[in-house]
Amino acid sequence: MLTDAQLERYSRHLILKEVGLAGQEKLLAARVLIVGAGGLGAPAALYLAAAGIGTIGVVDADAVDLTNLQRQVIHHTPDVGKEKVLSAAEKMRAINPDITVNTHPVFLRTDNIMPILADYDFVIDGTDNFAAKFLINDACHFAGKPYVHGGILRFEGQMITVLPGQTTCLRCVFGGPPPPDAVPSCSQAGVLGVLAGVLGTLQATEALKRALGLGTLLTDALLKYNALDLSFRRLTLRRNPRCPLCGDAPTITELRDEAPPACDLKSDCCC
Amino acid sequence: MKITVNGQEKEVGAATIAGLLQELEVKSPDQVAVELNGGILHKSDYETTAVQEGDAVEFVYFMGGGQNAD
Repeated sequence: MLTDAQLERYSRHLILKEVGLAGQEKLLAARVLIVGAGGLGAPAALYLAAAGIGTIGVVDADAVDLTNLQRQVIHHTPDVGKEKVLSAAEKMRAINPDITVNTHPVFLRTDNIMPILADYDFVIDGTDNFAAKFLINDACHFAGKPYVHGGILRFEGQMITVLPGQTTCLRCVFGGPPPPDAVPSCSQAGVLGVLAGVLGTLQATEALKRALGLGTLLTDALLKYNALDLSFRRLTLRRNPRCPLCGDAPTITELRDEAPPACDLKSDCCC
Repeated sequence: MKITVNGQEKEVGAATIAGLLQELEVKSPDQVAVELNGGILHKSDYETTAVQEGDAVEFVYFMGGGQNAD
């Protein structure tokens, strides 16, 4: 049962016939993990908190840096130096005291990711760390958790939603991470700050659709966004029978550590 | 022959995907995923996969960037 204040707070959801009271209750019962309280994670966390996702976990081991503020809109100037998970949780609770925010001030590794994932039903990848992205992909596969991959760089972004074992995964497309330093990170190549808002908000949309059971997820598809010509292109993907993780003869049968991150951990793991 | 590369029509002469990566001077070809007519190609098939009139080819960099594929 929603309280009177909740009926008012969520009224714009409640009048959508596709959401309604039943849908809002689904959102309040949903549990979403956001990995990275950075560029992508910031808008995702703000909108999911506002939407009334009942339990939101935020994973990040970094502290807020002045260079983050150009795009990581959940962190404000007085937060510089503060743990990102705490800075994010404060804003999320201020937007919506209905929700529970769990903070996980850790870097995800093979030995800590599975127990964290176990508490959630959908995962948003807001990292910009190749090893972490593949770790999330693999762990979600083994845990059977749906997740949405997102990435931004310079003026472009891309995303893929994965239902493990059912739809194309990151390794179906890319195999494994590029060698360290082969692909520039945001600190090396730059990123237009607002790109994080576009892609992070689209990732949050996938989390809401999944919780509501509404619409069609971005599965077996890759969305490419280019800010300079304002184009969205959707490529069709197919599962790769030779995928090392979810193919016919997988070679990855347990979590393993990939090469160290290509990016500067301090300032850039969450573009 | 005419093919579509990243949504834009192009006139190319390459006979294979490996040749196409060279002809279009795709940066860091070992880090790009190639989608041909809606399916991702395995890297070991680049040398043997023919490019044909009307093909739709997409170069996808990890993270939607890295380098500009166009």
